[in-house]
Amino acid sequence: MSEDLLRIEGLRTVFRTHGGEVTAVDGVDLSVPRGRTLGIVGESGCGKSVLSLSIMRLVAHPGRIAAGRVLLEGRDLVGLSSAEMRQVRGSQVAMIFQEPMTSLNPVHTVGFQITEAMRAHDPRASATELRERAIEALNRVRIPSPDRRFDEYPHQLSGGMRQRVMIAMALACRPKLLIADEPTTALDVTVQAQILDLLRDLQAETGMSIILITHDLGVVAEMADEVAVMYAGRVVERAEAGAIFGDPMHPYTLGLLGSVPRLDEERETLLAIDGSVPPPFALPKGCRFHPRCPFAAAECKSDQPPLREVVSGHSAACLRAPVEAFAA
Amino acid sequence: MSETLLEVTGLAKHYPVRKGLIVAKQVGTVRAVDGVSFSVSRGETLALVGESGCGKSTTARLVLRLIEPSAGSIRFEGVDVTRITGAAQRAMRRRMQIVFQDPYASLNPRLTVAETIAEPMLVHGIGDAAARRKRVEELLSLVGLRAFHAQRYPHEFSGGQRQRIGIARALSVQPDLVVCDEPVSALDVSIQAQVVNLLKDLQRRFGLAYLFIAHDLAVVKHVADRVAVMYLGQIVEIGDKRSLFASPRHPYTRALLSAIPHPDPERRGQVKPLGGDLPSPLNPPPGCRFHTRCPFAQERCRREVPELRRLGPGHDAACHFAETLPPAGLDFTGGLSENAAKRLALYAKARAA
Repeated sequence: MSEDLLRIEGLRTVFRTHGGEVTAVDGVDLSVPRGRTLGIVGESGCGKSVLSLSIMRLVAHPGRIAAGRVLLEGRDLVGLSSAEMRQVRGSQVAMIFQEPMTSLNPVHTVGFQITEAMRAHDPRASATELRERAIEALNRVRIPSPDRRFDEYPHQLSGGMRQRVMIAMALACRPKLLIADEPTTALDVTVQAQILDLLRDLQAETGMSIILITHDLGVVAEMADEVAVMYAGRVVERAEAGAIFGDPMHPYTLGLLGSVPRLDEERETLLAIDGSVPPPFALPKGCRFHPRCPFAAAECKSDQPPLREVVSGHSAACLRAPVEAFAA
Repeated sequence: MSETLLEVTGLAKHYPVRKGLIVAKQVGTVRAVDGVSFSVSRGETLALVGESGCGKSTTARLVLRLIEPSAGSIRFEGVDVTRITGAAQRAMRRRMQIVFQDPYASLNPRLTVAETIAEPMLVHGIGDAAARRKRVEELLSLVGLRAFHAQRYPHEFSGGQRQRIGIARALSVQPDLVVCDEPVSALDVSIQAQVVNLLKDLQRRFGLAYLFIAHDLAVVKHVADRVAVMYLGQIVEIGDKRSLFASPRHPYTRALLSAIPHPDPERRGQVKPLGGDLPSPLNPPPGCRFHTRCPFAQERCRREVPELRRLGPGHDAACHFAETLPPAGLDFTGGLSENAAKRLALYAKARAA
């Protein structure tokens, strides 16, 4: 029985636009147990990145958190002042992004950027001490000859190395929660495998929890203990990783599974999902997936289905899950 | 009916690296593509796979003569396209088209969809305005867009729709060969599946040959007939899809295959990362270029360049020890769970209805 490190309750993040307020994250409930990995899956525009920025309280104007709580060890981050939040970022919750090149500053050395967070949280540390700690951090992410890399600039590093530096920066102050937003999407598959391996090792060493945001079902299957599938700002299915892949309930999850070409199976045509994700300012009434759903019935067009437990520990937001119960 | 459409022999592209402000001296050569040979038959899909920097996109551009090769020949129906110019070259170009990776960057934002799709016909002087308009309508419906989309601009479309426009543009002049340069890499999975299905469908209908550039081996397994794996500007393995996926002979192909995470948590932990980074193409390692990262490398690999050699029917690899490597130990069995398969079948049925 592992207790939850992070609990998100009824989180709603909205953006003000010319056409009125749009809701990017709409009533999300999630929890991340200590030392475990929650995978969040979804396509572009499903709200997964806004969700992670909301946890970090990094949603920029005109966006804001309109409702809900983000409880880190029982403390609500939504209510914290910006000064208090700065203490949380880095030391308790840290984040890595998709593009290791654009998230590193090209005019500063790797060492400067790693020590930046350390300086912020510990202004009295001496330069030698900081250097030592940074080199140790680089060592931990298995960067060869870290003392030389300390003085290099981002452009001198390969994509995989840059992502390692990002991870070293994120973990420099030993956070309890790491949010990884598509950490391997920009990388080649062999480098991706190295980075995933590294994240797993680091989790075993430090006992941190990870929120892994990705669109790649292979990466989720490889890394996540629990999975939340998001669609148009809502969680549509949530379960242990084994159950999501072994017993998928929501038609959107099914569609994703059918869309992925597999090495272990060959089909003449892939089972694609028709249409595309609706933009947040033009969400359909009722279930947001219904215009693309082959099982949609009349009630799906009028009622928004709640996330309900279909079998123990496995919830889906679909009135007709599991689908075989309704298929004629 | 395996009539050879495209034959590439010893293709190379070397970029000089110059240094010096006033007198630029050549200080090195980047061997982006270094002696690549392959052929594509009519109606067939050959996939070129490899990681960034392996030279696969450069090869695609060389084939279309968007850049000039440093060496080698490219024969299209027996005619060496590196030697033709003027009208003959233009006529050849009509028959080889390209679909680009980034659907956001490859469409002119100032042209309507109709203008974009009709432009190749205009360049090649095909039809009059009315005929072109009719053809645009035909093409739009062919790629799953609607007639009223013709007067819209690219920014009004999603990534998947833009890729469909790019495909319609490529098909407008009825090519025999379409070079697809990572056509689905920038798309979401559900949209990727739509576009992959569309490409396969069009191939069946028009007998198109594809040179399909990709880095995702799962996509390649789904679309290709034959696969060529590139590493540092060279083909290290080429073969029929079935044989290559069932028994990969080159250690690099194996490394690529075992690095792919399966969408199946029961097989977690089988991903085996390949150590090290890609060496610089400015200074590739001597001998076998893969020896710096190869778990089976021996003394001979450091000295002697392995030639691509026949190891089975239609299956070549460039490894000194291809015969004596231990079994690949790649497990591609499994597939979907019973419940998932059952529901996916229902999904397919409901979708077809």
